[in-house]
Amino acid sequence: MKKEEVITLKNVAKYYYMGGNNIVKAVDGIDLTIKKGDFVAVMGPSGSGKSTAMNLIGSLDVPTKGAVFLDGENVSHLSESDLAEVRGMKIGFIFQQFNLISNLTVLENVMLPMDFQGASQKERKEVAKELCEQVGLGDRINFYPKQLSGGEQQRVAIARSLANDPEVVLADEPTGNLDTKTGKKVMDFLETLNKEGKTIVMITHDPNLAKEHADIVYSLLDGKIEKITKRKGK
Amino acid sequence: MLNYFLFSFKNLKRRGIRSWLTLLGIFIGIMAVISLITLGSGLEAAVNAQFGVSSTQIITVQAGGLSYGSPGSTVVNPLTKQDAEAIGRLSSVEFAIPRNIEFVQMEYNDQVEFGYVTNVVAGIEKESYEALDFKTESGRLLKSGDLGKIVIGSNLELLNKNGFDKELAVGKSLLIEGEKFKVIGVLEKKGSFMWDNIILMYDDDLNDLLNYGDNIDVVGVKVKDKDLMDKAKEDIEKLLRDRRDVKKGEEDFQVSTPDAMLKQVNSILDAIQIFIIIIAFISILVGAIGIVNTMATSVVERRKEIGIMKSIGGKNQHIFLMFFVESGLMGLAGGILGIIFGLIIGYLGILGINNFIGATATPSINYFLISFTLIGSFLMGSVAGIIPAMHAAKQNPVEALRK
Repeated sequence: MKKEEVITLKNVAKYYYMGGNNIVKAVDGIDLTIKKGDFVAVMGPSGSGKSTAMNLIGSLDVPTKGAVFLDGENVSHLSESDLAEVRGMKIGFIFQQFNLISNLTVLENVMLPMDFQGASQKERKEVAKELCEQVGLGDRINFYPKQLSGGEQQRVAIARSLANDPEVVLADEPTGNLDTKTGKKVMDFLETLNKEGKTIVMITHDPNLAKEHADIVYSLLDGKIEKITKRKGK
Repeated sequence: MLNYFLFSFKNLKRRGIRSWLTLLGIFIGIMAVISLITLGSGLEAAVNAQFGVSSTQIITVQAGGLSYGSPGSTVVNPLTKQDAEAIGRLSSVEFAIPRNIEFVQMEYNDQVEFGYVTNVVAGIEKESYEALDFKTESGRLLKSGDLGKIVIGSNLELLNKNGFDKELAVGKSLLIEGEKFKVIGVLEKKGSFMWDNIILMYDDDLNDLLNYGDNIDVVGVKVKDKDLMDKAKEDIEKLLRDRRDVKKGEEDFQVSTPDAMLKQVNSILDAIQIFIIIIAFISILVGAIGIVNTMATSVVERRKEIGIMKSIGGKNQHIFLMFFVESGLMGLAGGILGIIFGLIIGYLGILGINNFIGATATPSINYFLISFTLIGSFLMGSVAGIIPAMHAAKQNPVEALRK
C-alpha cells in the first residue's frame, strides 16, 4: 500500500537578496517527499542550506521559487497568519536550544500551542498533563524551565511539539545541546514516537545520528540535494 | 481564547525596576488628580478660613488698593473714625465698625515677640465681635471698663506657637509696647493665621500706646438685609467719594462684599486646581511615552520569544494582543497605585485641615471618577502599546528565532 505524502517540496528554492547583484542561493532547487510515518533526516554541514530547508519544510518561511505542499495543500503563497495556523496544527517543533518560554511553567508551555488553536481551557489542561506524564515529567508540571536540566527541558519541548497532535514533528539538532547520554534518551523518545506512527523530520549535521535513526537521509550540500540514502526495506 | 491577562501579568512580574520607574509619571499624575478631588470641599474651607472670608454678611472698606503689611496700614490718605460714623448712618447699613490693626512688640517670660493688636471701640463691643464672629474658648470677651485687659487669639495661648516658650493663659499678664496687660480671655480657633494670633484691646488703650488719633485701617460694615448688599456697596462708595473728593472711577478706597471676596479666593483656588490638573496631565503624558519606550525595548528583548510563539502556531493577532494587554496592565498598575496614594493623601489632607481650622470636612470619594480612572489608565497604557505591539506582531519568525 502506498503511503500518504505529508510534506512535499517541488523544485523549491530560497534566495536572499543581499543588495546589488549579490544573491545568496541558500536552497537552490530541491525535491523532497516526506510520507506518513517516515523518520527522515536532513543532513549537511553548516552552510549547506539545511536551516533554510527546515524553515521551508516547517512552513516557517515561503520559497522564492517552487512549491511546498503540506497535507496536499500548496502553502507557498499563504499569508503569515495563515501559515502560522497550519504549522500550529500540523507541525510540532523541537529546537536545539529547547526554546521554552521562560516565565511560563512546564504545563503552561505545553498548553501554549493549544491556546493558539483556541482549545478550551479544560481540554488544554488535560491534554498537557497527559503529555507531561508521557515524557516522564508528570511531577514537574509546575516547575519553570530554569529549574529543569537540559534533558528535561528538551522533553518538555517534545511534549509541547505534540500538543496539537501534529502530522509531523520537526526536530532541529535535538541533541545538539545535550550530553551523549541525555541525547540518546531524547533520540529514543523520538524513535518511540515514530514507531507509534508519528512522522519525524530531523535536521542534523551529524552523519552518524542520521544513519542510526533515520529511514531516509537527505544529504544537502551548497543548497542542493547531494545524496539520498534509504535504509534497507524502506 | 488565550488567557492574555494571566500571561501579561506573568510577564509584568518579571519586569525590572526600570520598567516600573516609567510608571512614575502616570502614578504622580493620577495621584494628583485623585487627591485634589478627595480634598474637594475641605480645601475650599481651609483656603476660605485662611483668607478670613467669614459667613457673616460683612462689607469691608479700606483705603487704597492692595497693600503689603496689615490691611490699610500703608496708605497715604487713611480712613477716619468720622468716615465710619458716616457709613453707620446710611439707611442700608445696620452698623459700621472702625478697626485698627497694629503691629506691636510684646514681652512675656523674658522673651520679646512681635504681633498684631486690633481695637475694640467702647459702646459697640457687641457689634464688633459679631462682625468677626469672635467667641471665647476660655475666660470672656472685653466689656465696658476692661481697660488694661486683653483677649488673645488661640495660638498665643500655646507654648509651641506663641514664641514665648511658656504657656499664656487667662490671668497672666504680658507687656505690650512696655505697658502691662492682663489676659482675661482666649478666642476660639478660627483657622486663620491672622485671627489666631491677634490680640484684642480697647481702642483707648491702643491709641494711648500708638497715637493713631482718628485714623483707622478698616471699616467693617454690616448690611441691614442680605438683599441690600449691592445697594449698600454703592451707597458707601458714593458717600466716600464725596467725603474724600474723588471722582467715580478714581476711587482711592475699596469696598469689598463677602461675595466678591469669596469669588476672588475661589478663583485663586480654581487657578491652583487647573494648574495641578495641567501638571497631572503632562505627567500622565510623559508616563504614556515612558510606556511606549519600555514596550518598544521589550519587543526587541523578547524577539526570540516572539519567534518561538510564532513557530508553535502563534498568529500575528495573538502576539499583538499579548503586548497590547501587557501595556494596558502597566497603565492600570500606575492607575491603581495613583488612586491608592491619592486617596491616602486626600484623607490625610482632610484630617490635617480639620485639625488645623477645626472644621468638619469629609473626604469626597467619587466612585465614578475612580472607575473612570481605572478604565482610563488601562486604555491609555494599551493605546501607548499599540505601535510596539504592532511591531512585535510583524516580526518575521525565521529572523526572530535566529537571535
